Amino acid sequence: MINKNLIVYLLILIFGLAAPFVFPAFKVQLSILCVLIILAITWNIQGGEMGYNSFGNILFYGLGMYLCASVQVGMFFPLAEWTESGGEKTFVHTPAQFFQGFGVGLAVAAIVPTIVAGLIGYSILGLRGHYFAICTLGLGVAAGEISGGIEIIGAGQGFTTPPFPNIGGLEARGEFFYFCSFITLVLTFVAVKSIYSTRFKLVLNAIRDNEDKAEAMGIQTMKYKIIGWMISAFFCGLAGGIMGGLVGYIDSTDVAFDGREMGVFMVLMAILGGKGTLWGPVIGATLFHIFKEGFWTFFLGWQYVALGVLIVVIVIYFPEGIMGWLREKYPERFGEVIDEADRKAQVELK
Amino acid sequence: MDLLIFQAPILMVQASMDGILLGILFALIAYGMALQWGVMNIINIAQGDLVILGGYIAYFMYLYGIHPAWGVIVSPIIMYFVGIGIYKLVINKVVDRDLFISILATFGISILFMQLMNFAFGADVVLANSGYGTTMLFDSSVVLPNSKIFAAIISIIFAIGLVIYMKKSKLGRAIRATAQNARAAKILGVDTEKVYAATFGINAALCGVAGALISITFTIHPYMGLPYTIRSFMIVIVAGLGNLPGVAISGMGLGVFEEFADYILGTEFRIGSVFLLLVLILVYRRFKLSKKREYLK
Repeated sequence: MINKNLIVYLLILIFGLAAPFVFPAFKVQLSILCVLIILAITWNIQGGEMGYNSFGNILFYGLGMYLCASVQVGMFFPLAEWTESGGEKTFVHTPAQFFQGFGVGLAVAAIVPTIVAGLIGYSILGLRGHYFAICTLGLGVAAGEISGGIEIIGAGQGFTTPPFPNIGGLEARGEFFYFCSFITLVLTFVAVKSIYSTRFKLVLNAIRDNEDKAEAMGIQTMKYKIIGWMISAFFCGLAGGIMGGLVGYIDSTDVAFDGREMGVFMVLMAILGGKGTLWGPVIGATLFHIFKEGFWTFFLGWQYVALGVLIVVIVIYFPEGIMGWLREKYPERFGEVIDEADRKAQVELK
Repeated sequence: MDLLIFQAPILMVQASMDGILLGILFALIAYGMALQWGVMNIINIAQGDLVILGGYIAYFMYLYGIHPAWGVIVSPIIMYFVGIGIYKLVINKVVDRDLFISILATFGISILFMQLMNFAFGADVVLANSGYGTTMLFDSSVVLPNSKIFAAIISIIFAIGLVIYMKKSKLGRAIRATAQNARAAKILGVDTEKVYAATFGINAALCGVAGALISITFTIHPYMGLPYTIRSFMIVIVAGLGNLPGVAISGMGLGVFEEFADYILGTEFRIGSVFLLLVLILVYRRFKLSKKREYLK
């Protein structure tokens, strides 16, 4: 059994490493797919396992994006002049500066959102259910609106991230960002998988199922909730930092704190795949991305209409997601023991 | 940071008057929100988009040469049926479900409406000119557009009319009974399905009125819906469900807050400050309740 799983993981890993060379035209798409999967997995930590449906994880994503780019620029050049020049190539990073800045930027992009999550976690995670959902929605939109008014990071006109140094051209750029996002995805998956095999996941599930009872059993729920949120903020920030470099241009409400796209996508992908499972978000994000890229071009301008319809349909008719549907269909595969006689009796009762 | 408002105190009067008149409009939208929340236990993220759609109805009447003030009559009638349509298609499938499902489903409706309006009416900021002129107060240092005063009066008339309707009419009594206990109401012969549909329709009609008024006093734009949802949500949680005077007062309070934020922080932070205020209010309530070891329910 273990061997079989190992083979599957190895195959995926090999596929992931070979993908940019096998499908060179889809490098950017594959990088975006990796980022989407990371976002879905991190959303699932609260939304699925902990039962705290957050619309505000986009806050960490956008924060990571702005921080990574700002650090990358600010380490070598004056930030205010950079944003004022608006993408004019007056300052050019040498390759060494670019990679050094990007590395430090990613570290900052991961750490600062984690700290932010820890700081606001105690206040925000005290809210429950729909109050939490609306509060985080407000948080995400407020962050977008406020960052759109701050001059030093480009305000309304946006922020151009440092262009990739002139080595190897577009191919090298695509490969660099693909491997960045793929390695982050692998790290995220491994981290989350190992977390899910510990007591920590059971505590999160206990909080989801009945928080008062979990507290009565002596679990310090607040501590675990904050840690859970910090973990997801960490990877969200990383994903944001990479995405900022990949897109090359940061706008407050359309790219960074894009509640209408990324903020909804991460919820939708996790629900589509099946929340509260390890593989659900991965499958959901992959299918969603394929659907999005495959059909968006046919809708041409109608994509948001399609998105709205998709949300409504998935939420109403498919709230358990693909993994939930599979679980209902093949319960044996999920380790559930079925008593055939009992099952027949139930069917007859219906 | 612009401190002009502290140097010229008359601006404070201006901001307060503007804020109160604006807040009455917010209270009308929040009233609809409270109604459906109380009766159907649904938080409708698409509330603001219904408002904007109502505004476009009035705007189109204006384009075709009818005075936009008639939108106050026409818009709620159309919006009532739009509301019933949304209820039949989507909402009736999420009424008894988890609240998160209803939030997400209405979020989907919101995105859908936003984009459909963007296609149908274009992405320009528009307003319907009522031609009502302005009123000057205090030696013409405070300027109030008559359209704002008109909007406030119409909102008050509609709100009072609805309160009386809820108290006296048969449907109003059925709605209140369903809000108190849906199961008991069902046992006593109330068709709750119809009540829910009517509630959502009335809510949409209220949004229609508010939207028509907004289109003649302020501006409308397809993407401006979400702030109205957040404002009405905020007003309802500050006032509490079923507290109508509270809704009116907190609506006006929010209006005044917004005008002051506009003057002090600058217009670019106006929407941001509304959303931030929501977060602060929720966090404040949470800390207050956690002293009693309770939480917001």
